[in-house]
Amino acid sequence: MGDSYLVTAMRDGLAEAMREDPAVVLFGEDADRSVMGSTRGLIDEFGPDRVRNIPLSEATIVGCGVGAAAAGLRPVIDLMVSSFFYITMDQLANQAAKLRYMSGGQVQLPVVYFAATGGAGSAAAQHSESPHPTFIQQAGLKVVMPSTPSDAKGLMLAAVRDPNPVVYLQEASLGGTRGPVPEGPFEVPLGKATVRREGADVTVVAVGRTVRVALAVAEELHGEGVSVEVIDPRTLHPWDADTVMESVARTGRLVVLDTARQSCGFAAEVIATACTEAFGSLTAAPVRVTAPDVPMPFAPQLERHLAVDEHKVKAAVLRSLA
Amino acid sequence: MVSRGMADRAAGAGTELDHLEALRVMIRIREFEEMCRRLFARGRLPGFVHLYIGQEAVAAGACLALRADDQITSNHRGHGHVIAKGGDPARMFAELLGKADGYCGGKGGSMHIVDFPSGMLGTNGIVGGGIPIATGAAFANQHLGNSRVALSFFGDGATNQGVFFESLNLAALWKLPVIFLAENNQYTEWTRTEDLTVGEITQRAAPFGVPARQVDGNDVTAVHEAVREAAGRARSGDGPSLIECVTYRWHGHNEGEEAFAGRYRPQSEIEEWKARDPIAALESRLLDDGVANAASLDAIHASERGLIEAAYEWASAAPAAPVEDALTDVFSPARP
Repeated sequence: MGDSYLVTAMRDGLAEAMREDPAVVLFGEDADRSVMGSTRGLIDEFGPDRVRNIPLSEATIVGCGVGAAAAGLRPVIDLMVSSFFYITMDQLANQAAKLRYMSGGQVQLPVVYFAATGGAGSAAAQHSESPHPTFIQQAGLKVVMPSTPSDAKGLMLAAVRDPNPVVYLQEASLGGTRGPVPEGPFEVPLGKATVRREGADVTVVAVGRTVRVALAVAEELHGEGVSVEVIDPRTLHPWDADTVMESVARTGRLVVLDTARQSCGFAAEVIATACTEAFGSLTAAPVRVTAPDVPMPFAPQLERHLAVDEHKVKAAVLRSLA
Repeated sequence: MVSRGMADRAAGAGTELDHLEALRVMIRIREFEEMCRRLFARGRLPGFVHLYIGQEAVAAGACLALRADDQITSNHRGHGHVIAKGGDPARMFAELLGKADGYCGGKGGSMHIVDFPSGMLGTNGIVGGGIPIATGAAFANQHLGNSRVALSFFGDGATNQGVFFESLNLAALWKLPVIFLAENNQYTEWTRTEDLTVGEITQRAAPFGVPARQVDGNDVTAVHEAVREAAGRARSGDGPSLIECVTYRWHGHNEGEEAFAGRYRPQSEIEEWKARDPIAALESRLLDDGVANAASLDAIHASERGLIEAAYEWASAAPAAPVEDALTDVFSPARP
C-alpha cells in the first residue's frame, strides 16, 4: 500500500475499470491533458479511441452517456466542475435519471458522471457549487463523494461497475490530499458509510471535505473529555441510514456537516430521518452546520467566512452536548 | 394474446422498399391512432396524447430502411415510430391504459414508450431530448464496430434546441453513424414554425458539413430512399445526415386542445393536407402499378383494423399495474 494523492487514486480506480472492461470509455473536457489530474495519463495507456476530448457541449455529452450506455458501453464522463452539471439538467434529470424507471426496468444505464465540486480558492459562484442535493432529488442517480484517496479509488471502481447512473463528486479542495491507497482493483461498496472515528457522546455525520474538519474537532474535544463518533457516509444517495441511526441510538446526539447550502440539503435529510426514525434515542436537538443559503462569494475572506470550519463545528458539537 | 409485432420482420435495410409492407405499417399506425382518438374522446385514456395521423409515411419509410438491430429515439408524437420499428400495439395500448403488461408496466405512458428489444430506445416528453441519446448510441455502435445505425426522430420545434446543434457538431466531428430526422409538420405546438424558426431546417446542417436533404414526408418512397442513403453513408463510416421530412399533422398538438388552444390553423389548410393523405397516395400508386387491387387493399385494411381491435381488447382486459410497482425499477440491482 503506497501513498497517493486523491485525484491520482481516483485516476487509478478509473484505470482499473478500463483495464478490466473494454466497454469502459472516457469522455472528458481536456481529457488528454487533465487539468484536474483525475484522468492524467489514461490516454497513454488506453488510446484516443477510449479517452476522448469532448467539445464543451455538456448537455449533449451527458445525453450521449445515456445512449452509449443503453447501446452497450460503460461511459465515464468528466465534466470538470460540478457547476457545469446545471447546463445538462434535462439530460441528467429527465433522461439519465428517469429512463430506466420510465421504461419499466427494460434498460440498464451503467454511466458515471464526475466532476470536481465545492468551493476552493476563490473560484466564485459559478465554479464553487456543491450541488449534490439537486442530484439526490432526482431519485434515479446514485451520488458519491469520497473524502480519502483510498475511497476515491474504491468508489470509482464501484461506480463504474454499477449498472446505474452514478454522479461522482470529487471535492476540489481535497484533490491534493495524500493518503494510503491499496494496490490493484478493490471496491468501496456504494451505499455503505464508514465510521472514521468511534465515540460515545455525540455522532457527527460529515460529508466530503468536512470529514477532516470533524476529525480535527473530535481530536480536540477528546482532550476535553468528549468522545465524538465521526461517520463518513461516502455515498449520499442511497445513503447508509442504518449505520447513522445505530450510532445515534448509542450517543443520543447528532451533528451533521454538509458543504451544500442549508435548505433541503443532505444535512436536512439526515436530521429529518433521525427525528422520524430515532426520535426516542435523541437526548438533544440535532444540529447542522452547512453553507448558508447564499451563492459562494469571490473574496478569500468572504469564501472562508462561509466554510464549515473547526470553529463552527466545535460550537455545534458543544451545543448538542449542552 | 399478444398481437403480432414486426420485430421479426426480415431486415430490409439497403434494399428496395416493399410497398405493400409499407402500406400495412402505415395503416396499422393510422388504425392505432384512430383508436386512441376515440378512446381519448370517451375519456378512456389517462394523461394526454399526441396523434401521428397524417405523418405515417415518415415513420414507415424511415424504419423500413433500417435494420432490425438499428436503434431509434423518438419524441412526444411517437406511437408511429414504435409501431414502425416493430412494436406490439397490444403492449402499447396496455401502456397507455396503465396496465402491468404495458411496455413500461404503466410507468411511462404515451410519451415514454420504450421497446428495447426492437431498438426503440424511447419516445420522449422533452422536445429534442432524444437527439443526444441517439448520438450516444451511434458512438457505441461505432466503438463496438457492430455496423448499427441510430436514427433520431424529432420535430421542427426541436431544431431550435441547443442539443440539436451540439449533436450535429459532435456527430460530424466523430463521423458517427447517426441520422437526424426532422419531421416538419408545420407547427411548433400552437405556433406556425416559420414564425419561430429562421431559414430552412436543412440549412442548419451546412456549417457542420453534414449532408442534408428535404423530402416530401407524405411520400413513403421518398422518405425510404433518403433514409436508406443516409444509413448507407453511416454504415460505411461517412458520418451523420440530416433529413427533413415535410409533412402535416391532421390533429392538434394534443387531443383535446380545442378546450384551451382556440383556432390556430385555417380549415382550408387542413383540408389541403388531408387531400395529400400519404396512405391514399400510396394506395393509388399501388393500384396504378397493378401491385394491388381494391380487394387486396380492403383486405389489408380489414386485417390491420382487426389486429388493432384485438390488441385493444387484450389490453383492456389485462390487469392494471399493481400500485406497489410505483416503487420499483428506480435502480437496477443486477450487474451485467
